[in-house]
Amino acid sequence: MLYALKIATRYLTANKAQTALLVTGVAVGVFIFIFMSALIGGLAEFILSRTVGDLSHITIEAETEDPALLISPEGHVLVVAERGRTRTATLAEAATWLPLIQAVSGVRAVSPQIAGAGFLTRGAQVAQVSVTGMEPGRESAILDLDGYMVEGKVRLGSGLVVVGRALADDLNLSLGQTLRLQSSNGVTAALTLSGIFKTGNGAMDNARAFVSLSTARTLFAMPQGVTKIEIKLNDLNAADETALRIRALTGLDAVPWTEGAEQLMEALDAQAQTGYFLKTFALITIVIGVASALLLSTYRRRPEIGIMRAMGAGRGFVIFVFVAQGALIGLMGGVMGAALGYLALLPFPSRDAFRPGTLPMDITQGSYGLAITLTVIGAILASILPARSAARVDPVTAIGQ
Amino acid sequence: MSTLLQVRDLVKTYGTGEAATRVLRGLTLDLEAGEMAALLGPSGSGKSTLLTILGTLMKPTTGSYVMLGQDMIAADDAALTNFRNLHIGFVFQFHNLLPDFTALENVIFPTAVREGRETPAARTRGRDLLVRMGLADRIDFPTAKLSGGQKQRVAVARALMNGPELVLADEPTGNLDRASAIQVMELIGQINREEGTTFLISTHDEKIASLCRRQVVVGDGVVTG
Repeated sequence: MLYALKIATRYLTANKAQTALLVTGVAVGVFIFIFMSALIGGLAEFILSRTVGDLSHITIEAETEDPALLISPEGHVLVVAERGRTRTATLAEAATWLPLIQAVSGVRAVSPQIAGAGFLTRGAQVAQVSVTGMEPGRESAILDLDGYMVEGKVRLGSGLVVVGRALADDLNLSLGQTLRLQSSNGVTAALTLSGIFKTGNGAMDNARAFVSLSTARTLFAMPQGVTKIEIKLNDLNAADETALRIRALTGLDAVPWTEGAEQLMEALDAQAQTGYFLKTFALITIVIGVASALLLSTYRRRPEIGIMRAMGAGRGFVIFVFVAQGALIGLMGGVMGAALGYLALLPFPSRDAFRPGTLPMDITQGSYGLAITLTVIGAILASILPARSAARVDPVTAIGQ
Repeated sequence: MSTLLQVRDLVKTYGTGEAATRVLRGLTLDLEAGEMAALLGPSGSGKSTLLTILGTLMKPTTGSYVMLGQDMIAADDAALTNFRNLHIGFVFQFHNLLPDFTALENVIFPTAVREGRETPAARTRGRDLLVRMGLADRIDFPTAKLSGGQKQRVAVARALMNGPELVLADEPTGNLDRASAIQVMELIGQINREEGTTFLISTHDEKIASLCRRQVVVGDGVVTG
């Protein structure tokens, strides 16, 4: 078959302009394929980073305990022991689990938190807030709080509080002022406003207050343990598998962000489907282009095919010559298109630097190898019909042309 | 001399029904090994059809054809392709070389296609044949740059590449000037004498035919002389 490959190569090089046009056509198809892959992939990354990027990828929350029952031997309920409603469920042994979770592959950050509700008061003004207590130094582990600060610092020390821009405006707050925060447990603390953030998320900017973990322990009467552990991953797409691993490791109910995000996943899936359609159309265009060019070549070379057959070339040989041409065109066009696609994607910002207003092209999601492989396979499939047609050429008729 | 091929009662009909045209009407012919025979006859007498059938490129409607003891009618396409490659060479009126290949590449094609690659041995034999054809200075020339006579000599060399027992030549000099025609025929005669290759040469030219030791005349689909 080495010789058939030589014939195929010679046919392609014999008419350089036609081959160049054909390869360019294939390359354009591959370029579109790669461009679409990078765009769809980048768009998905962008959407996920904007919607999920600031969220916990995996969350472990304390399960609310069922009321304890004392049941008589006869099956009668004698006593129902239910804790007060204001008592918050806790992960009492959180400290034990944290190093284990931090060591799980793919985990970027772990943030133990105490969360609860409260009222923020300044003078006569009162606002209901959601209070989150975090460990100092881990303020930006999950939400990039540091990046959202518009005034002051994010550092949460004892007796300090950080609130959103909208809430600060509502209460007419400024840095350094003292506020009163009353928790749902009825504990009140006087706190100093040390920072103001603005995330662009209304719920966050309107009704969220961050304090240190030690302050939260006081507010919610929780001398030990936390109410939840938030976990950030290097790859948010690995949340499902990592959550399973953490569950297996700790026995805790680790919930990935994908649970409860079905609509987002459906939207991303629909977007991916659109990408598949576009890429399929690009491949179909390649296949039709190669098939039509090779059919034309088959017709033009009928006399030569007849000569080859007369000289003892079998049908298989003729088929291989034309299939090899298809494969070579696919390979050349695929590599050229992939290279062009890569070069065209280079000027776009990397996935970590996507900004609103720019095309979120992800150069790492160009599917270069897949594009080349599918193109070669498509070109081979496209060449089968012309090759079979060539193999059926009647040498007598062909030589007589 | 031994019998190289035998055809008996060959009938070839093109088309069907009212459009049917019977070109061969029970043609019978024997060729001995080492013969150099001219195939004569007017246009439409069936010469080309006979050569095509003898070259295993087409099967007759009825009749028998045995070459080198093998039944050419019963053989399938793959067997005939292989047989043709090993035992039959062709020289066409319009040389029919592969235009995108050099003279040497054209000559060694029959061997390369059988072996799957261009072996050094094939190149050596191809060069020797071209030298013998007086084309030593045209070995690596693209065929497009050769004259008509040179192309036809390349075609003769190609026909001889695999050392076939039979070479079928259909008007090999029909497209050449007189000098080139004589040159090609002299080469064919030389090979026939030196290597014992059997030649069956279709021609309209009585002078070319006279260079052959035997004349087979076809008329109205049968051998008439």
